[in-house]
Amino acid sequence: MLALSSVSVRFGGLHVLEEVSLTVPERGIFGLIGPNGAGKTTVFNLVTGLLSPSFGAIEFMGQRMNGMLPYQITRAGIARTFQNIRIFKEMKLVENVLVALGARSTYTAGVWLPLTSYHDAERQDREVARALLAKVGLADKAERYAGTLSYGEQRRLEIARALATQPKLLLLDEPAAGMNRVEKQVLVDEIVKLNQNGLTILIIEHDMGVIMNLCHEIAVLNFGSLIAVGPPDKIRANPKVIEAYLGPDDRSPSKLQVTS
Amino acid sequence: MRRSGELESSKTPANLMEWFESFWATYNTLVLSIGTNVLLALSIYLTLATGLLTVANAAFMGIGAYTAGLLTTQAELPFFVALLLAALLPALVALMIGGPTLRLSGVYLAMATLAFGEVVRIFILNAEDLTGGALGLNGIPQLTGGFEVVLIVGLTLYIFLCLARSRIGMTMTAICQDETATELMGVNVRGYKLFVFVVGAALAGLAGGLNAHFTFFISPNEYGFERAVEILAMGVLGGTGSPWGAVVGGVLITVLPELLRGLGHYRPLINGVILILIILYSPKGIWALLRPARAATGLPGTN
Repeated sequence: MLALSSVSVRFGGLHVLEEVSLTVPERGIFGLIGPNGAGKTTVFNLVTGLLSPSFGAIEFMGQRMNGMLPYQITRAGIARTFQNIRIFKEMKLVENVLVALGARSTYTAGVWLPLTSYHDAERQDREVARALLAKVGLADKAERYAGTLSYGEQRRLEIARALATQPKLLLLDEPAAGMNRVEKQVLVDEIVKLNQNGLTILIIEHDMGVIMNLCHEIAVLNFGSLIAVGPPDKIRANPKVIEAYLGPDDRSPSKLQVTS
Repeated sequence: MRRSGELESSKTPANLMEWFESFWATYNTLVLSIGTNVLLALSIYLTLATGLLTVANAAFMGIGAYTAGLLTTQAELPFFVALLLAALLPALVALMIGGPTLRLSGVYLAMATLAFGEVVRIFILNAEDLTGGALGLNGIPQLTGGFEVVLIVGLTLYIFLCLARSRIGMTMTAICQDETATELMGVNVRGYKLFVFVVGAALAGLAGGLNAHFTFFISPNEYGFERAVEILAMGVLGGTGSPWGAVVGGVLITVLPELLRGLGHYRPLINGVILILIILYSPKGIWALLRPARAATGLPGTN
């Protein structure tokens, strides 16, 4: 579904990504892990068009994505959440979702004239927005301002907002960061449900419990290079991965839990 | 004066009519100035509410004023045609400079639009054959009446209030809060920015055209840096939470110096102090203070 072939990103002499090739299969849950600064979020920025690759090609559903603008990529079916939450804090929850929904609808003279067709469409979109909020358990807070939400709720709002763009591929950047054990379990269940409904998922996460539970396949980045790709049990046993995370000598395993 | 009769109904008592006649005779310029300043405030509200700090509106106003003024005095076109072109020409210019300048953001955008304003002012100053240069343009007929101003301001305000409540307004607020996130929701952010920039330019040009036709005389210096800052002050003081904020800002900036007339030399000083106090105590603008609904939600205004 999504394919990166020999993608490199360089900022001057700094090699952020080197010859990364990976394929995210349709309907899969694909994990992207690696130590801080390995280039995981850079991959997300490439895929969503915020960055252009210095070399290499990105393809989504057979279409070449290089040079497409971010909003065009979103409309092609890729949505994402952010590592540092980027909700619209001074807007209501329902409005947060409506902005993402609205990008697909066309505006008519109904904004200024009492046209029933326009106002019916508006009402319908509000219903859709509420349904999406209900999906992530925020239905009762639809009319609250997003800035009043707790950290975990804000992350869930980001997911609802991303879903509003009707994506085929959802990129989640550390969705479990800052969540407690119960919230994490709810999140994992929610992701599994989305995946069962046909959504392909690419996830960056430092919480190994979440990653190992969820992913069908995992890619490991270190210093901008791909060092391993495979199913969770293979990754867990891969000596290169263990070395990348723990260093050549065995230090505290708590490093696995570090969030950036 | 000429048109004031249209505003009254025949049923009003004679003394009230008399009072209105004398009020209009004394204050018509002030009332018309309030109208055009509200239009200018609305023109900058549009870009401010989208998070764009542009200060080109004074220049667009100048282009509109000269366009309309030249068309009615030299080409002797009907007033409404002149006004239409006074809105169209700045919009066209905005469309052309919008592409490159709107890639900038924050202070850099402000500087680029400020530089553009100077280019326009100096162009008008030097195109003497067309504009009269530093001597200005004289003898512009007084065609702007209360009726035109009330109609145009009312219509614009209505359109803006609908816009602010709609998904378009919501998206503008979203762009103001987080441009990148909005773009990644599938919104053509660049398109939105160009749209508000061009519409703002058209409105500023229209205000310029109206303004030129009740001041008899226009000169390049009226559309320079000071005017740019004045327009920005109207937008910021009123607040960008609602188009009503622009109305409050436009009225305040016009009326305040008149109210302080008794202070003589101290007038600009006190005027400045009042503006500073407003900004200090209500950074979101006066409208945020006036709006009671906001108190309940506890969060400052967007809408």
